[in-house]
Amino acid sequence: MGKPMQVSRYWRHFREKYRLIGGKCENGHLLFPKRPICPICGSRNIEEFQFSGKGKVITWTIVRNPPSGFEYYKPYPLALVQLEEGPVVLAQLTDVEPEEIKEGMEVEMVTRKIREFDEDGLILYGYKFRPIIKSE
Amino acid sequence: MRKVMKPMKDVGIVGYGAYVPMYRIRNEEIGRVWGVSSFPIEEKAVPGLDEDAITIGIEAARNALKRAKIDPQKIRAIWFGTESKPYAVKPSATIIAEAIGATPDLEAADFEFACKAGTEALQAAIGFVGSGMAEYAMAIGADTAQGRPGDHLEFTAGAGGAAFIVGEKSNESVAYFEGSYSYVTDTPDFWRRQHEHYPRHGNRFTGEPAYFHHIINAAKTLMEELGLKPSDFDYAVFHQPNVKFPLTVAKILGIPKEKVLPGLLTGRIGNTYSGATMVGVSAVLDIAKPGDRILWVSFGSGAGSNAFSIVVQDAIEEKRDLAPKVEDYVKRRKVIDYALYAKARRKYIL
Repeated sequence: MGKPMQVSRYWRHFREKYRLIGGKCENGHLLFPKRPICPICGSRNIEEFQFSGKGKVITWTIVRNPPSGFEYYKPYPLALVQLEEGPVVLAQLTDVEPEEIKEGMEVEMVTRKIREFDEDGLILYGYKFRPIIKSE
Repeated sequence: MRKVMKPMKDVGIVGYGAYVPMYRIRNEEIGRVWGVSSFPIEEKAVPGLDEDAITIGIEAARNALKRAKIDPQKIRAIWFGTESKPYAVKPSATIIAEAIGATPDLEAADFEFACKAGTEALQAAIGFVGSGMAEYAMAIGADTAQGRPGDHLEFTAGAGGAAFIVGEKSNESVAYFEGSYSYVTDTPDFWRRQHEHYPRHGNRFTGEPAYFHHIINAAKTLMEELGLKPSDFDYAVFHQPNVKFPLTVAKILGIPKEKVLPGLLTGRIGNTYSGATMVGVSAVLDIAKPGDRILWVSFGSGAGSNAFSIVVQDAIEEKRDLAPKVEDYVKRRKVIDYALYAKARRKYIL
């Protein structure tokens, strides 16, 4: 049997995790994640906002001693990414080697596997960022 | 008795998109480990640690949406063909639908028919749109295929996929369907039992009575019933478990190699199973001209073939640049050794 998991806790955030859906308050402040109260102006009138997924790496680190559930993925890069619309997101980078990561590197959101709860549990998917694919 | 299938309304492809993971393992490297020195292909695509058939399907679906330029809320079905579904019980299609913003007003299900599950989903999408039940339907084929370590399938079992959005034929269609056909028999050339990690196959039995028999019958019947000759086609994409088989089919049908090579990716990414012909057709659409006719024949073990004839339209010129092309993904490559490949395929017990 797997360890207990809180299915509802993850399920509640699928839209945010799969698609980068955040919030926009009545005064135009953009929030990620979406919150009940705008931290900038205090407005409670907040609607959903779809972020483009494009952004830049502000800073990053390489996780070599991950928390439980992430052991198989080590080492992996964890970064602060500033979305082109403004908000900053903490997320893993993927499809990139540590030595290729640079401050200001342009990245795009992809939906990837975040973790699995043992062999018999839920598979969690969510946003990560990777270098933008060059098209010819 | 008419065998070729045509829907009541003419339908076309309004958007297509492919995806191939960036990691590659060379066939020489697999051969080094298992003492093999002749190889079916050069290298194959390996999914990253955080990739599976669902994440491949999501990126392919997003690329198809970019080219279709439609509101995902108008999609009435997402049918996902794969034989490497991450959950034995729980639909993959719902996860993809949620990730592209197509929920909740739609059909969603996973299709399974070895390597032709994706084109089987496409046949259903043609019928669903062609009957007028749906404005748009999406068919996806994606796999992260596994071969038993040391088995000759390990040299070719790749990863990748593609998605096609079907809609009523219009100026927005990058190509339209002239007709389709399906040829199926009970032929046990390849299978995997419940709870088994790896498939088994009938060795040489997989060639003549399975692959060649079904593909050639499907292609010939489709051409006969549509009144077309091999020379009427500008490109042909056949299921590609290796490089040799599809080229042999072309030779038997009298189709020159040059018409097959643009859609033959297996040598560089491996056999992407349910994705194979769908990635191949995507690569052809990336370069085709309006008016070009494409012969498209899949094969799935077990066994059967789906055959389609599609004609490229003007919209391709404007739409192909709206998402990364197959070649962009094929060129984005990082070669890994067998140890990292084994890690990526989760062979280590922590």
